[in-house]
Order: sequence, then C-alpha cells, then structure tokens
Amino acid sequence: MTAVKAPAPEQQAGGGLVTAVKGRLQQLLAFASLLVIYAFFSFASPYFFSYGNFTAILFSTVVIGTLAIGTTFVIIAGGIDLSIGTGMALCAVMSGVFLTKLGLPLALGVPAAILFGGLMGLINGINVALLKIPPFIATLAMMLVAEGLALVLSDSAPIYFNNVPGYTDISTGNLIPGVEFPNAVLILLAVALMAGLLLTKSVLGRYTYSIGSNEEATALSGIDVRRWKIAIYCFAGLFIGLAGVMISARLGSAQPATGMGYELQAIAAVVIGGTSLSGGKGSIVGTLIGALIISVLNNGLQIMSIPQEWQNVILGCVILVAVYTDRIRKKEA
Amino acid sequence: MTEPILDITGLNKSFGPVHVLHDVDFAVRAGEVTALVGDNGAGKSTLVKCVAGIYGTDSGRVRFRGEEVHIRGPKDAADLGIEVVYQDLALADNLDIVQNMFLGRERGSAWLLDEANMEQAARETLASLSVRTVKSVRTPVSALSGGQRQTVAIAKSVLWDSKVVLLDEPTAALGVAQTRQVLDLVRRLAEQGLGVVLISHNMADVFEVADRIAVLYLGRMAAEVHTKDVTHGQVVELITAGRSGDIGLARPENAVL
Repeated sequence: MTAVKAPAPEQQAGGGLVTAVKGRLQQLLAFASLLVIYAFFSFASPYFFSYGNFTAILFSTVVIGTLAIGTTFVIIAGGIDLSIGTGMALCAVMSGVFLTKLGLPLALGVPAAILFGGLMGLINGINVALLKIPPFIATLAMMLVAEGLALVLSDSAPIYFNNVPGYTDISTGNLIPGVEFPNAVLILLAVALMAGLLLTKSVLGRYTYSIGSNEEATALSGIDVRRWKIAIYCFAGLFIGLAGVMISARLGSAQPATGMGYELQAIAAVVIGGTSLSGGKGSIVGTLIGALIISVLNNGLQIMSIPQEWQNVILGCVILVAVYTDRIRKKEA
Repeated sequence: MTEPILDITGLNKSFGPVHVLHDVDFAVRAGEVTALVGDNGAGKSTLVKCVAGIYGTDSGRVRFRGEEVHIRGPKDAADLGIEVVYQDLALADNLDIVQNMFLGRERGSAWLLDEANMEQAARETLASLSVRTVKSVRTPVSALSGGQRQTVAIAKSVLWDSKVVLLDEPTAALGVAQTRQVLDLVRRLAEQGLGVVLISHNMADVFEVADRIAVLYLGRMAAEVHTKDVTHGQVVELITAGRSGDIGLARPENAVL
C-alpha cells in the first residue's frame, strides 16, 4: 500500500511524519485557498453560490483540467510541454476532418482525434529523449507547427459539427438521467481518476517520478529512460487529443485559432496544485484543485463584472503566490 | 584458495588517445572483501565502470563463476548479479526507501505495483543486514542522512540475490559513527557470501575490512596482496610509486608507459 504510514519521527533525519505532512502541505494549502476563494465569491456576489453556477464552474474546468492532467506527468518527469494549447486546437480540427470531411463514424473519429494527440506527444517525446532537444524548445516548435497546421487543415475557418449527430453530447449531454450534470465533467473525473491511479500505482507513474527526481540514478537502475520519456510525452499527448475533442464538442465546432494561451493556463493549474517545475513531485489531485482555482477565479470575477484585463492580473498574482509558498516551504525543509 | 567468482584478465581500456587501463588482471572472491586502491586517476572508477558494463572494454577476458561472459551494458552486469553502489549514490530523492530499492525491478504487474510485497522484502533485506538506523522504509530518501543513504544504496544492491557488489568510496563523505555502520555493513555482505569490492582512499578502512588489497598504479595492477601480508606503509608505497620492495611493478625505467 502507498498509504502513508505515520512513522516514528526521527530527530536527526527530519522525521517521517513531518515529511509526510510537508509533502501534502502544498496540496492542503491549495485546497484551503480554493475553499476560501469559493466562500469569498459566495458572500461577495448573490449570483455565485448556486448549483447551476457550481456545475458551470466544473464545466469550464474540463478543458484546462484535461490538459493539466497530461502535463502533470510531463512536469513531474522534469519536462515541460508548451504545445498542448495549439495542439488541442489541431486535434479539434483533426476531429472535424475525421468526422465531417472523411465522414468517419463517431466511434472511430473521436478515438482517432485522441490518438492524433498521442502522435504529437510521441514526436515531442522523440525530439526530447532521442534527439536531446531541450523540452522547452522542442515543444515550442511543436506549438508553432500545430498552430500552423490547424489553420492549414481547416482553411483558417471553423469546422462545424452540425452534421455529426451526438458529437456535442460528448460534452453537454447528461449521462445521468434527471440530473443536470454535464458529461464533460464526468469524463474529466474519470480520466483524472485513471491518471491518478496510473501515477501512484503503475510502473509508468513510478518512473515518471524517478526520472524527474534523478534521471541518472534512474538510468543506472537499468531503466530505459529514453523509452519512458517518450511514453510519458505520448501519454500526455492523449490528453491533448481528448481536450481537443472536449472543446470542439462543447462549442459544436473546431476553432483552429483558439489554442494559444491554454498551455499557460494548464501549466499554471499544475503549478498551483503543488507540482514542482523542477520535477520529481506533484499529484493529480493537486492539479485538479489548481484547475478549479483558476475556474472559480475566472467565474467569480466575471460574475462580479471585473474586467477581463484585471482578471488576468489577479490570476498572475495567484500563480506568483502559489509558487512563492512552494519556495518558502522548500527553504524550511 | 577459493576460485574467484569474478576473474578479469588482460583488460585494456582507452578513451581516445588516453590509455587508462593496461592489461589489468583483477579477481573477486566470494565471501571476501577485496579493496581496490590507487591514487586519483589510477583507473579505479574506470575499472568499476567496465565491470558494471557502463564502459565497453577494448580487450580482455571476463570470467564469471568460471565461465567466460561478455558484459555489454548495465543490464548484462545486473543479470549476472553484479551490482555497483556509486559514489554519487544512484538514488532518487523524491522516492522513498522501498521505491528506491526496487527502482527498475518493481514487483507486481506494470499497472498495479505490489507495494506490500516490496515493502516486506525491503524490510527483510534491511533486517538481514542488521540495519536499524532507518525507522520507516517509507521515508523519502531526501530526508535521510548521508550514512542512511549509503545504507539504502547498499541494501538496494543486495536485494537482487547479487553475487558481486562493488562499492565506490562508500565512506568518503561520512562521519565517524556513520563510517563505522557502513564498514560493518560491508563486512556483513562478505559474511553472507558475496564477493565485495571496496574502493577507498582511506587506509584505515581498507585494513579494517579488506581480506585482499589490489593496488592500481597509473592504469596497471601493481599488486594484489593479502591484507595480513602487508603494512600500511607498503600499500602507500604501492599506491604512490607502484612498487614496494619485492612487490609491485618492475622498475619504472623498464616499464613501457
């Protein structure tokens, strides 16, 4: 079991119990901040606290959340992926190409679009692991390639899914009968659960942490680091594909020029959730909380009619505070 | 005299024009601690990395348990049961003791690791080595002291039913008490029947735990002697000059460098 067994504190070495609490501190802090922000808006605005707005917040978390979950793996492994935003737009366009232009059935076109994201991740992984291009540069290049390709393949115009019955239901339908709870949120929760289990219980998760923690030690332990790095980027790519499907299903169209900027929001969600940009540390739960904080802020500030410009200023400050508390905690440790 | 478990003969290794190891013969015997000593640049770490499969060799024969083997990578060495504990400790700080000990050889399915099994085995291994300094096997390695980290690294190397363990300066960064613990651990490995190689600069450590001493001098094996047959002074002479009285390399003017 991975459950933290509270060990007897050991004076000389810092102590297991203290370490266990410290390890979760950023997560606890993030969750407390989420509650505080939620409570604040509930009192500040009469329109914020309602079931309708609650599901609206969850709904608006889906795209960022999906991207952030995949990116969590990459960042824990000590990498970064800047191509997730425009990559998502490209996958949305590919979904449009598969379903409307090629006329594939839903059951084929949607997985194909998700796998296309995996293909992009695979190329990122090969560039980083085999060609030894720094992740920042490799994925920056992929960001530009994806942005351009999305425009080329769509002739710079949105692709509408009007003729694809059931496509928007992927996002806006209600699988649970009688309850207003959008499918998109269910999908997010399902993939988050799956990703969380993989990260903590599987070999993929174990090597993700160990590569981010000490790449050389991982290699000396007989692990093919290059292969696993490629696998991690490829796995994260599947989430790019899924996000592309989710956003185009929500809008009923694939917008080729909407991806830019999502990558930074997703990375912000990951960082707010306590994942270290230097690798080796992080969790899916933290990332989900981080994505929710961003959604709640966006939603609450909008409801309070704060101008968009100021919303960005506030979001930026939240990221700084989140990283700053992480730094303080590291210094203390 | 026991048959060596690992027997290296005529090993040569060059890095470009630099000839680092010259016809090195080196034997490791089960149940014994063989100290590998030599000045900086004598080729100790290179020899270890050749045995571990990290460096390829230019020529030479490696016999393991009497059979000729070819070690082409770290995996080959590990498959034979040869483990190396590196000077800079190949441990992942963010992982706990169990996760580190089993890194690369996790138990259970790839989708669902068997944590309970690994935790149990880690405890048993630490217990068999009489390690009592570590309170919880779920402590992250980042929270451990230098001696504890060394202990974990050594325990990791013996978890695999290993036959030969090479320790690269395990006491270099440790205090007196921790050095004591690690040397005891080294002795215990040999008592369990492993072939142990100890690289060290510390003559006190070497004379305390080693059964044999192999001295490298400028990439050549100057001598391989029983610890009880030599004195501190002789070993120091072998390290610094390559010879001491009757033992060691031929006079320098006769040696071809």
